[in-house]
Amino acid sequence: MQTKGIKRKALAAAFPHTIPILTGFGFLGMAYGIQMSVNGFPFYYPMLMAMTIFGGSLEFVCVSLLMSRFAPLETFLVALLIQARHLFYGVAMLDKYKHLGWKRFYLIFGLCDESFSINCSAEVPEGVDKGWFYFFVTLLNQSYWVCAATVGGLLGSLITFDTMGLDFVMTAMFVVIFLEQWLKEKQHLSSLIGVGASVLCLVLFGPDSFLVPAMCVILCLLTLCRKPIEKAGDAL
Amino acid sequence: MTVLQQVLTIGLCAIATMLTRFVPFVLFSGRQTPKYIHYLGKALPGAIFGMLVVYCLKHVDPAVYSHGLPELLAIGLTVALHLWKRQMLLSIAGGTVCYMLLIQLVF
Repeated sequence: MQTKGIKRKALAAAFPHTIPILTGFGFLGMAYGIQMSVNGFPFYYPMLMAMTIFGGSLEFVCVSLLMSRFAPLETFLVALLIQARHLFYGVAMLDKYKHLGWKRFYLIFGLCDESFSINCSAEVPEGVDKGWFYFFVTLLNQSYWVCAATVGGLLGSLITFDTMGLDFVMTAMFVVIFLEQWLKEKQHLSSLIGVGASVLCLVLFGPDSFLVPAMCVILCLLTLCRKPIEKAGDAL
Repeated sequence: MTVLQQVLTIGLCAIATMLTRFVPFVLFSGRQTPKYIHYLGKALPGAIFGMLVVYCLKHVDPAVYSHGLPELLAIGLTVALHLWKRQMLLSIAGGTVCYMLLIQLVF
């Protein structure tokens, strides 16, 4: 009885924090599901991908990876670099997620951008169990994403209007994320390196094989330019 | 792609994601994060999202008809909307609708 009360209290405290994510994931998740569907994948593809990968950016990129030739090494490296930012979420959450028993494994598994930003910044109200609060934030966010992707996957086949150009949703999403990053950062060298190295490698290696060289060049340049970037970014 | 190749592609994405989420808890529990890792954490996101924008536009060829104009216009609108309202979903939806209208009706 008592654990039930603890859980209900934590769920009630967690839910309001996730409402903005509900709209965001609702929109992007459906767009992702629809995109999978119009590319010929049945609804359980976006559903299972939303459950196992649970990272929006990578899932969008994964649609185009699935549509090209099979390239396991490229897939793995692209996935690692797109998701590399999670390394730092983990570092930031080390202490908060300590001593939470089995919940830890799910919390780490579901540590997406949105769950991180809520669990990292939200003040857990007095009397609410922290572990269950973090747990419900993560679980609610993931349910929104999985449901939206599944609904999108189901709706995709019912769509009657011309969907040509709908895949631009991914471009627009990355443009907005890049722009947000640009407005936030104190130096633009790292962003410029990302764009410059990618364009250069695209011209040199062509659209089907430029990602791996681009990632290598980006890592090398970022390592070489560490001093100026750190200096320009101040404490970054 | 065969179904097996699709499963492997999705599996690799899932494994890579889990690596990036679990590794810090395994490696850095109880000791200082290396400075270089810390630096990459700050410097990588801008570069990688820049790369992903280029990745989305990889099939745009300025030398061939439409010359990347619909992409340029739609990105311009996305950026303008975003600078104006700072509403992520509005910017994404606006840019996408604009692009669909452009390539279906104009170009």
